[in-house]
Amino acid sequence: MAAPKPRVKVPKSAAAGEPFTIKTLINHPMESGQRKDKQGNVIPQKIINRFTCDFNGTNVVDMTLHGAISTNPYIEFDAKIDAAGEFTFNWYDDDGSVYTAKKSIALA
Amino acid sequence: MNFRARTAAGLAVAALLAIAGAARAESNVDPNPGVELVINGDTPITVRAKAPDYLEGHLDNIYSGWLYRIESTRAMEADDFENPAITFVEEGIDAWNTVEGTEGKSCASCHGDISEGMKGVRARMPAVNENGELWSLEDYINNCRVNRMGAEPYKWDKGPMKNMTAAISMQSRGMPMNVAVDGPAAPFWERGRDMYYTRYGLLQLSCASCHEKNNNNYIRGDHLSQGQIVGFPTYRLKKGGLVSIHNRLKGCIRDTRAETFPIGSQELRELELYVASRGNGLSVEGVAVRP
Amino acid sequence: MSRLTQVEERPQMNITRRDALAIGAGGIAALAFAPAAFGATADEAIAAFTGGATPGEGGIDIKAPEIAENGNVVPIEVNAPGAEEILVLAPANPSAEIFSVKFGPAAGAQRFSTRARLAKTQDVTAIARMADGSFVMAKRTVKVTVGGCGG
Ligand code: HEC
Ligand code: HEC
Repeated sequence: MAAPKPRVKVPKSAAAGEPFTIKTLINHPMESGQRKDKQGNVIPQKIINRFTCDFNGTNVVDMTLHGAISTNPYIEFDAKIDAAGEFTFNWYDDDGSVYTAKKSIALA
Repeated sequence: MNFRARTAAGLAVAALLAIAGAARAESNVDPNPGVELVINGDTPITVRAKAPDYLEGHLDNIYSGWLYRIESTRAMEADDFENPAITFVEEGIDAWNTVEGTEGKSCASCHGDISEGMKGVRARMPAVNENGELWSLEDYINNCRVNRMGAEPYKWDKGPMKNMTAAISMQSRGMPMNVAVDGPAAPFWERGRDMYYTRYGLLQLSCASCHEKNNNNYIRGDHLSQGQIVGFPTYRLKKGGLVSIHNRLKGCIRDTRAETFPIGSQELRELELYVASRGNGLSVEGVAVRP
Repeated sequence: MSRLTQVEERPQMNITRRDALAIGAGGIAALAFAPAAFGATADEAIAAFTGGATPGEGGIDIKAPEIAENGNVVPIEVNAPGAEEILVLAPANPSAEIFSVKFGPAAGAQRFSTRARLAKTQDVTAIARMADGSFVMAKRTVKVTVGGCGG
């Protein structure tokens, strides 16, 4: 499997206080720990267990994921800003890796 | 009917009791009139078209499998951001630009940018090569890898090949499917057509039993489509990954309880050509999303 | 992903007897989950989230397809204006928790959308903790069909 590559979609600008939608997608198997291989052995869990989005250090959402989230997790939510700045997105893997994406936005 | 067939039929009767007497939908009518596919809001896709002449007496109109899917699945294909296949397309494009093999070349060294070099290629695949053989897109790719780059061939049904066919298919997105069925392609096409209408296996079903006579009906919860391949490779929700044309054809034959043909076999190339030709006039979808 | 709900008319096959018999006996789809139960049950997860408080109704909404074409990828959207945290459960999955989400000060709405695996037909359940510490709950039935020619 290729290294997870996060993708995020954030508008280039937004008006102060006006909610807008953010979409994120990351390629990851989200192995639930509940499947068996051909020999009947349980395939160990390996999932993204947490996702966070912050804007200039202020939290937007903090999500806890379980094995029931689909392969290649898609996450969509709304944010609002009162200044230009940068969104930081973090995906936390069971194996300790953290995948990060950043996206800046202007005030309209 | 032999003993095994009887057992299968017996099971089937039980399975079908629940739906006995239910209405049958009309086949070969538009399953979703008025619904249009425009990808990313700017790329219109032809999802319904007049059937090509050689389908006369079989189909009047052809419909993309997209039209048979529920709204949430259709929405995933309508926006590249929501389409999970796009990460694989990106990996394919990375591979396109990566030097490999003894000749020190990448695909881009000869073909240039993928958006120019591969424009329209998927729309005419599979196609007869200069030696008169019918080749799928996978064969053309491996021919370049082995004979022009000095690189290892990709395995037909593994990630790197599917990423590459996905990346190449994207460059024909929105263009009409247009495989050649005459000239040197004719004998292959005819064999593919014969396969399509042959009843196979324990269950004695042909492709046409399901995809021509019964599209628009439900089979164990699946809304049966015309079995078009204009959206391949497709992202299957069931698999969480890309599925190649031959993989799907192989699976569909296997489900009739027949001995199936191996991926990359001549039989599946010919069937692929015939099935592709049944979609001539629909748009290549790039990478579709299917259950 | 705004309008996820959809009602489908479901005409059924009534084809030649031979085809009909044969089709019903088609391949068996692979099991997405091993049968044994893992993780928290829905009741345990709800109790842990609410601390035993009884959730009210209203003020929380779940959007999901009425019939999912494939249980592996079911779009689910929850919306609970004013919520601090939402917990979403699939009570009939081997492990009931799907996800939970906390909304921070920079959230533009208390709306959240993702895609989940549902092992079978069930009532997807969402519970929100509101700013005043009260809880509200909603359920939505999603039918999961087992299908997929070409495995
Ligand atoms: C050394 C130059 C060279 C390299 C490197 C190369 N190709 Fe080719 N390729 C050709 C030539 C020449 C042809 C045949 C003429 C044509 O159709 O452009 C061809 C044909 C093709 C075709 C068939 C096109 C058609 O319209 O029928 C495909 C598909 C293709 N190449 C894909 C690839 C891919 C993918 C790679 C990298 C893995 C690659 N090629 C690398 C030279 C190259
Ligand atoms: C028992 C009925 C049945 C038979 C026989 C059958 N299929 Fe299918 N096929 C299905 C079902 C069910 C699906 C999934 C729903 C759909 O897309 O139609 C499917 C899907 C497909 C798809 C994917 C369509 C898309 O939009 O992605 C293709 C291609 C296909 N079949 C081709 C074939 C071919 C070629 C044959 C003959 C070798 C065949 N099928 C035989 C039931 C059948």
